[in-house]
Amino acid sequence: MAGLSILRPGMFTTVQDLGRWGLQSRGVPVSGAMDWYSHRLANGLLKNDSSLATLEVTLTGPHLRFDAGSAFAVAGAAFDLTLDDVPVEMNAAIEARPGAVLKFGPRRCGARAYIAVSGGVDVPEVLGSRSTHPLTGMGGYEGRSLRAGDTIRVGESIDGPVPRSAIASRPLTLTGSHARLRMIPADQRLAADLTGRRFLVSTRSDRMGYRLEGAAIAAAPGEMVSMAIPTGAIQVPPTGQPILLMNDHATTGGYAIVGTVITADLPLAGQLAPGDWIEFEACSIETARAELRQREAALGAG
Amino acid sequence: MSVTERGSASPQQTWTLGDSCVSVHLAAHIDPVINVRCIALADALERLGVPGVRDVVPTYNAVTVHFDPLVTDSARLIHELERLAASDLPSTVSATRTVEISVVYGGESGPDLGGVAEFAECSEDDVVRLHASRPYRVYMLGFLPGFAYMGSVDQRIAMPRLDAPRLRVAAGSVGIAASQTGIYPCDTPGGWRIIGRTSTKVFDATRTEPFLLRAGDSVTFVPV
Repeated sequence: MAGLSILRPGMFTTVQDLGRWGLQSRGVPVSGAMDWYSHRLANGLLKNDSSLATLEVTLTGPHLRFDAGSAFAVAGAAFDLTLDDVPVEMNAAIEARPGAVLKFGPRRCGARAYIAVSGGVDVPEVLGSRSTHPLTGMGGYEGRSLRAGDTIRVGESIDGPVPRSAIASRPLTLTGSHARLRMIPADQRLAADLTGRRFLVSTRSDRMGYRLEGAAIAAAPGEMVSMAIPTGAIQVPPTGQPILLMNDHATTGGYAIVGTVITADLPLAGQLAPGDWIEFEACSIETARAELRQREAALGAG
Repeated sequence: MSVTERGSASPQQTWTLGDSCVSVHLAAHIDPVINVRCIALADALERLGVPGVRDVVPTYNAVTVHFDPLVTDSARLIHELERLAASDLPSTVSATRTVEISVVYGGESGPDLGGVAEFAECSEDDVVRLHASRPYRVYMLGFLPGFAYMGSVDQRIAMPRLDAPRLRVAAGSVGIAASQTGIYPCDTPGGWRIIGRTSTKVFDATRTEPFLLRAGDSVTFVPV
């Protein structure tokens, strides 16, 4: 099916879904939407399956044309949006006529927005996922971020027209340019050094991880035997400056791990940009579970 | 490669890595027998097909499980891992497959060959001979798709990583990092000492079998 034409790509716009699971034992990073909540929210507004791919927009958004017309929804970082130069809402299902142009304007807060289209962004699956992993040139649209002139197919919508009234009641937003991220400590002593302090997301931060600046974590024990590590893990290299691992991180690592951000708070982490700051707070597995169930319930409530 | 029996494979240490990942360590050190058990334990857990399990990753001395926290939890998975570890897991170090990889050593293909020769106080030819003289065990895959951590290289050429990683290491580059050796699957920043390059692709997503190597394989480098 005809789909979307990219007129302006924005700073870094990639195709993402919920990730390339099942091949970490072969060294394949999971990738996927950095803010899984907003990705699913946008898909949900269109009655898309949550696994369908969206476009992940980073810091500055694209201008794109709906060549054949489509319902779409944008969730995540707050941008001013226009459709054919008329302001439109985020977190709402909107019908675009054939040829209509969606433009991203100024960003208000958050780092990443998700554009869902009815039927999903249709690029070939690579190793079971449509997510882009730019470092290996795998997945997404030709394995890279979008450029002006790219034409992207859109999947066939199966559920018929989208109710025009579909508006998300529980969008996820950052309050200002910081986030409090809850984490489960892996090393109680080092985790105590991590909490109650502010860490700046440095400019050396991307989809692989955020290098954090702040007080050095004391007595970082240095390298260990390499082991498999999850997204959200907070590593401390010998410099003592922590690294928060994000979706494109290498599957294994050899630095000490202080703690791991809970699944429910990864979407907030995904909304951080260089210059924003983080405060970590220790929590229990029970809290992590309860918070995740709340996020799920919020998605279920639309 | 010294092979020592170490008795039980019961977990020495359990790590909870957030709410969606758990890791059991069978030992604190690198040892072929421990690694064989990690691979066997990971296989056994995969075969169980526990709902909610997304990835089972054996590494040098650990097995890590990534899971959907809405479907299962670390207590359940630790229980299964302990039960499986107590059962009769293989502990004999015998390579599942042997793979030969042709390498062009030195020159543009191996910018660090001279440095490693200096480190080893021998000639570049000696480094090549030492590197290509023995089979290496693939302990684990990680870092990037198809990247195999292999060991152990001769102590004389076991040069530590570069202090500052190169911004770009070419795909196919063969490197040394202390006692490990490995092959880069794609152009990427990297800190290993690059001594040669192969045209064999360790990862190609378009191939029927995208990954050339598996944990447990035996690899020999052939100078060309």
